[in-house]
Amino acid sequence: MDVVTWSRLQFAMTAAYHWLFVPLTLGLALIMAIMETLYVVKKDDFWRKTAQFWMKVFAINFAVGIATGIILEFEFGTNWSNYSWFVGDMFGAPLAIEGILAFFMEATFFAVMFFGWHKVSKRFHLASTWLTGIGATISAYWILVANGWMQNPVGTTFNPDTVRSEMMSAQAFWEVVTNPVAVSKFFHSVTSGWVTGGVFVVAVSGWYLLKGREKVFARKSMLIGALVGLVGSAAVMLSGDSSGVHAAEFQPMKLAAAEGLENGGKRAPFSIVPGVEIPGMLSILATHSLDGYVPGINDILNGYTDNDGNVVPSVAEKMARGRKALDALAVYRNIREQYPDSAAVVKAQMEKDVQYMGYGHLSKPEDVIPPVGLVYWAFRGMVGLGMLLALMLLLAAIFAWKDKLEKKNWFFWLALICIPLVYICGQCGWIVAEVGRQPWTIQGLLPVNVAISSLSAGAVKTTFFLFLAIFALFLVIEIRIMLGAIKKGPKLTED
Amino acid sequence: MTYTFLQNYWWILVSLLGGLLVALMFVQGANVQLINPRLDGLKKRMILNSTGRKWELTFTTLVTFGGAFFASFPLFYSTSFGGAYWVWVLLLVTFVFQAVSYEFAHKKGNLLGLKAFRLALAANGLLAPFLVGTAVGTFFTGSYFHVNKDAIAYRTSPVISVWDSPLHGLEALGQWHAVLLGLTLVALTIILGALYLIKSVDDHPVRKKMRKVVQLMAIPFLVLFVAWFAILMFRDGFFVEADGVVSLEPNKYLQNLLSMPAVMAMVLAGVTSLVTGLHYGALTKSRRKGFWFAFAGTVLVVMAVFFLAGFNDTAYYPSISNMQSSLTIRNSSSSYFTLLVMFWVSLLIPFVVAYIAYAWYKMDRYGITDREIEKSENKY
Repeated sequence: MDVVTWSRLQFAMTAAYHWLFVPLTLGLALIMAIMETLYVVKKDDFWRKTAQFWMKVFAINFAVGIATGIILEFEFGTNWSNYSWFVGDMFGAPLAIEGILAFFMEATFFAVMFFGWHKVSKRFHLASTWLTGIGATISAYWILVANGWMQNPVGTTFNPDTVRSEMMSAQAFWEVVTNPVAVSKFFHSVTSGWVTGGVFVVAVSGWYLLKGREKVFARKSMLIGALVGLVGSAAVMLSGDSSGVHAAEFQPMKLAAAEGLENGGKRAPFSIVPGVEIPGMLSILATHSLDGYVPGINDILNGYTDNDGNVVPSVAEKMARGRKALDALAVYRNIREQYPDSAAVVKAQMEKDVQYMGYGHLSKPEDVIPPVGLVYWAFRGMVGLGMLLALMLLLAAIFAWKDKLEKKNWFFWLALICIPLVYICGQCGWIVAEVGRQPWTIQGLLPVNVAISSLSAGAVKTTFFLFLAIFALFLVIEIRIMLGAIKKGPKLTED
Repeated sequence: MTYTFLQNYWWILVSLLGGLLVALMFVQGANVQLINPRLDGLKKRMILNSTGRKWELTFTTLVTFGGAFFASFPLFYSTSFGGAYWVWVLLLVTFVFQAVSYEFAHKKGNLLGLKAFRLALAANGLLAPFLVGTAVGTFFTGSYFHVNKDAIAYRTSPVISVWDSPLHGLEALGQWHAVLLGLTLVALTIILGALYLIKSVDDHPVRKKMRKVVQLMAIPFLVLFVAWFAILMFRDGFFVEADGVVSLEPNKYLQNLLSMPAVMAMVLAGVTSLVTGLHYGALTKSRRKGFWFAFAGTVLVVMAVFFLAGFNDTAYYPSISNMQSSLTIRNSSSSYFTLLVMFWVSLLIPFVVAYIAYAWYKMDRYGITDREIEKSENKY
């Protein structure tokens, strides 16, 4: 395998591993903040001990999340050097703002939350618990602004003098911050974290009930976990709908791959599994209109007319124009100092085709097709498991609310099975988002083979296996410690 | 606001973050004590819990320092990170182990045992300042790379920044002046760590031992620092002419110091503050003054070092193999509007510093005691 493939594997592994820890952080942060609020409002020590137990679990999970987050930040530079320069002007700003606004908040108030029970007042402690979660959520916003820009690169202009995408006005930054893809990704990702937190708390509570332990603690935790998870599920569905519309608008190939849609059209069908379709449903989901046109993979390769009447050229034509732009860029950079007048003419020629410049780096039109099978099944995994999880959370809320948890061992086992499923569901979502964007690092602008660092495949292969070994070790330890903490339990005496 | 002003402003902010990062590496320096055979298990756990309440601040400053560099000077990020691969990966691995070691060290089921995680923390304590110091040292000695922005138009080899050494960063270990700065930082952070423990651990034997550490390390640190600084003053530097051409100039950094009185004042004030901190830590009974004087002195000196590297028409990341590829504040920065937007965002920094200071004050009013470690459930 070449250095591009190893770099992709390494980044994918790090991102997927990071996302094992982040959603639980986001979800548990909200759940334990609600519990501590109940403690402060009701002045009931039960809620303090309950919140403290979930905080311990949170802390075990939090450390690995932080550790893997820094690897991602570094890998943008170490493995994607050209990318760092090409988009640093757009992408670096959200990362820096994330550091200034969110990371310090998380870091500062996590320490107060975890160690400050007897050092600060109740209210200051409660504020710290909320601020830890708010910090994590703000962090998610800014990193998803960066990721949203990779899916839909708004507010940017290619500058041939610096050879990078640049922010040409302060207004452009506003476009980046309010990028509709980023906004829906933020809600989709954060609320999926609430689902993860909810499922986790419900399942662990169910385990205590299965064992006949910590009954009051388990029932009350289960209710809060289920309610948070249900709100999360509803928000995930709503934001998932807008994600579909955005994919149709900005990344039609991703949508076509997610549907395995070879030939599109109006009244496009939605595929449940191969051979089972709902007629017209894809058009409704993607365009909110039964007669909406949804292009298939072949339409995108060969060119089509979109719903606004715009003619979208074939990939071959985009590649040809992209190569013209690259050739013009090379000439422009050669002559710009000696012959500025001629250079201005060449620059104007380049600007006619610059929007397709990234296509000029592709070898053949089929390069724009992402791995269809992987994206197709990941999408089905995400949606199917998401619905199952929502159903489980609904049952948990009903059972816990009505206090009908006796002899529900089948349900407790179902909840426990849902722990791996909620993680698989989240991973599937990111596979759809990131693998579906291939071959682009920045949709339509920068393919992965141009975003790379000048490294040997052997060097990246070595670090890939190094990180794989580290991640595997940490995961085993993390699970062992977490299971130990859960087995030990909150040690409440009310039972 | 002009583009030049914004570029300078962001170099100052990156320098400030660099200064804070080095000063906050007291966490790393203190963790070196986890392999001190003169401390028993309980004392080591007190140290672990003391730095355990601050490590995320250092970690976050590192992340923000990287993020700010990425955002304001992306060509440095792409050139150095993508080129000096092994240095950054090694640094990363030590920090990753550090991040989990606090949580894992004392927990049952951690597979590797307590000693392994203490060792990981101590290894990070030694390697992180060494690698950061050596990397910053190359700001003056230079590195092996070339930058060719025309390459983006090439279909076969489009990478702009190419590292010219097959060792991908490890060759810096052969540049003894850069290594000297790495060793200086190791000594400095051990001192800062000891001063921090004097301040934050309410335990007489620990404080006594830490004062001895300060006494022991003060002279080696001062010798290393003075040697590095003196050599810096008299070595050739990378001068950037008005048209952007880079050339070697004798005594460039001495000239920078003399032509920037404010930087000279920072060096003098910083060194004075550091020495005052050493005095309080090594020779008096004061608990807090030693740390805060040394902390402030470190921030000032590191900022001044960054100013010497980047201001007064100097290439802050010089290339030895292709001098005209050297990075300057002017040729490596983000565009005007990116720097402008981030300028407005940076005005929030005082607010961030204020809440950190408030939380720090609230948490550190009372030192960590052995009783707290034995009784508390919320501990590492």
